Amino acid sequence: MQIFGAEIDLQPIWLTLEIATITTLILLIIGTPLAWWITRMRSSVKVVLEALIALPLVLPPTVLGFYLLIIMNPNGTLTEFLRWFGFEGQLTFSKTGLIIGSVFYSLPFTVQPLMHAFEAIPQRLLDAAATLRAHALDQFLTIVLPLSQRGFLVAATLTFAHTVGEFGVVLMVGGNIPGQTRVVSIDIFDHVENLEYTEAHILSGMMLVFSLFVLMLVYGLNRRFGVKVG
Amino acid sequence: MQGNLQLRFDERFELQSGEFELPLSGVTVLFGRSGSGKSSLLRAISGLDKRTHGHLTVNGEVWQQGHKHLAPQSRHIGFVFQDAALFPHKTVKQNLAYGIHRLPKNFKPADFDQIVHRVGIADKLDRKVNFLSGGERQRVAIARALLMQPKYLFMDEPLSALDWRAKHQLLTLIEELVAEFEIPLFYITHAPPEVERLADRIVFMQQGKIETIETLQQALARPDSPLFDEQGAVSVLIGQPQHRVESGWHPVNLGEDVLWLSESSPIHVKSVRVRILAKDVSLALSDPKDLSITNHLPVTITELIPESEHKVLVRLRLRDGQYLFSEVTQQSVERLHLHPDLALYALIKSVAMTE
Repeated sequence: MQIFGAEIDLQPIWLTLEIATITTLILLIIGTPLAWWITRMRSSVKVVLEALIALPLVLPPTVLGFYLLIIMNPNGTLTEFLRWFGFEGQLTFSKTGLIIGSVFYSLPFTVQPLMHAFEAIPQRLLDAAATLRAHALDQFLTIVLPLSQRGFLVAATLTFAHTVGEFGVVLMVGGNIPGQTRVVSIDIFDHVENLEYTEAHILSGMMLVFSLFVLMLVYGLNRRFGVKVG
Repeated sequence: MQGNLQLRFDERFELQSGEFELPLSGVTVLFGRSGSGKSSLLRAISGLDKRTHGHLTVNGEVWQQGHKHLAPQSRHIGFVFQDAALFPHKTVKQNLAYGIHRLPKNFKPADFDQIVHRVGIADKLDRKVNFLSGGERQRVAIARALLMQPKYLFMDEPLSALDWRAKHQLLTLIEELVAEFEIPLFYITHAPPEVERLADRIVFMQQGKIETIETLQQALARPDSPLFDEQGAVSVLIGQPQHRVESGWHPVNLGEDVLWLSESSPIHVKSVRVRILAKDVSLALSDPKDLSITNHLPVTITELIPESEHKVLVRLRLRDGQYLFSEVTQQSVERLHLHPDLALYALIKSVAMTE
């Protein structure tokens, strides 16, 4: 596609959005019970789990990427494990591997906002629900979920945004295969390496506008929710 | 109800009730300072705290055996929390309906309209709960609990966050509901006036333990009762209101004697509890006619109980057999030659219906 006279390949953009969307969905499904479980935990294991989940925040993405590369290589633990379930093919340098990597990388951005939201729900509301004969799952669906809408909104946004912005893990695990693992951040890096500044400018500008738009949308919604839920 | 419940947190006992047995009738008040374990005990009894262990049998049904416990959802209880614990994302009506939808199918639903009217929230059903006053919130919480048709009703300091007017109205409501629905009530409070108004028996708690279980009469007969910590000794007399007014006074019969109250009794009630502070009761050897105090009752001294700071608590028997405390100085005892069996007059400066 021609933009400002430069030939721009849009495929990395679509791939980035696809991976970010799938990762966000997976993380909401895994992260919700995980965050709830940790929030409700009283034992000292809680500290260990919280630290483990926060690791991707402090580790250089290359370190995380390196370990992921080890467990996802064709003879790695994760690959072997998935083979048991009939998985064929390889994880490294593939879209599947990239999504698995993103799930690890973005985990804290889902779990932490959800934990904050869950912690803000007073225990007595759940006690009240229990005396009104609601069982644990029922309480979660009818009390906890509606009262943590904001938390979910924040979690989904941050997860999506961070997955879009990841670079290190992708480079280590996914490489740079067009249509498979070449996401926008890699594509921009590529263009800069090849001194194609025009293309890099256009892609970076698009990312900038897109990110700003998503964030404004979310904060706008959040404000409106705020009035409703308050 | 018979049991022995413990709650431990980090090697420290939050609750170590000791063996207890409580009748399942009338109003049982759990009384103690904050941190005395009364909330923990009620949560343990209702099954809301999973860390509870010990044993508990209610009406022949085992609710707790070791760490195994019957889920609170299956205990047929209604629970009213300190700050109502209404679901903020639901309207009043949705809050009320929450439990009804979850009742077993073979349950005949309670009369929704009757309860909503009785509790006084019929015109608030479509409100968001955040727009309710404190008193209204507690009314909704009470209705929500009653709609579950509970066999046992638990209330954890339901009035502590309310102003005096709402407190007064809700106490009357709770009192009437207990009589109407005949549900055993377990009620937590640290306010002696609430105890004196509602209690049939009192569970005194201290440092996570049950100290004693006494009837209200026993608790009020004891000069060192924890109920007297704040305002000194108190007497609660039960009288029959005449439901009429005479020069602004409302007479209440105490056997053949009459007590004059400045406030009227609720209509339809046959008996009222009135609360008299011992320091509001003076003694006179003869019936003084030239005195502004209205209430003079003939009494007999049964006991003189020395207290600190040269004060003496005098236990008096009224002609109908009820007891009244008077607090006087050691000097007065000597001057008037007070001694047991002496007949004299109690002058009561102020009488209040228990609120």
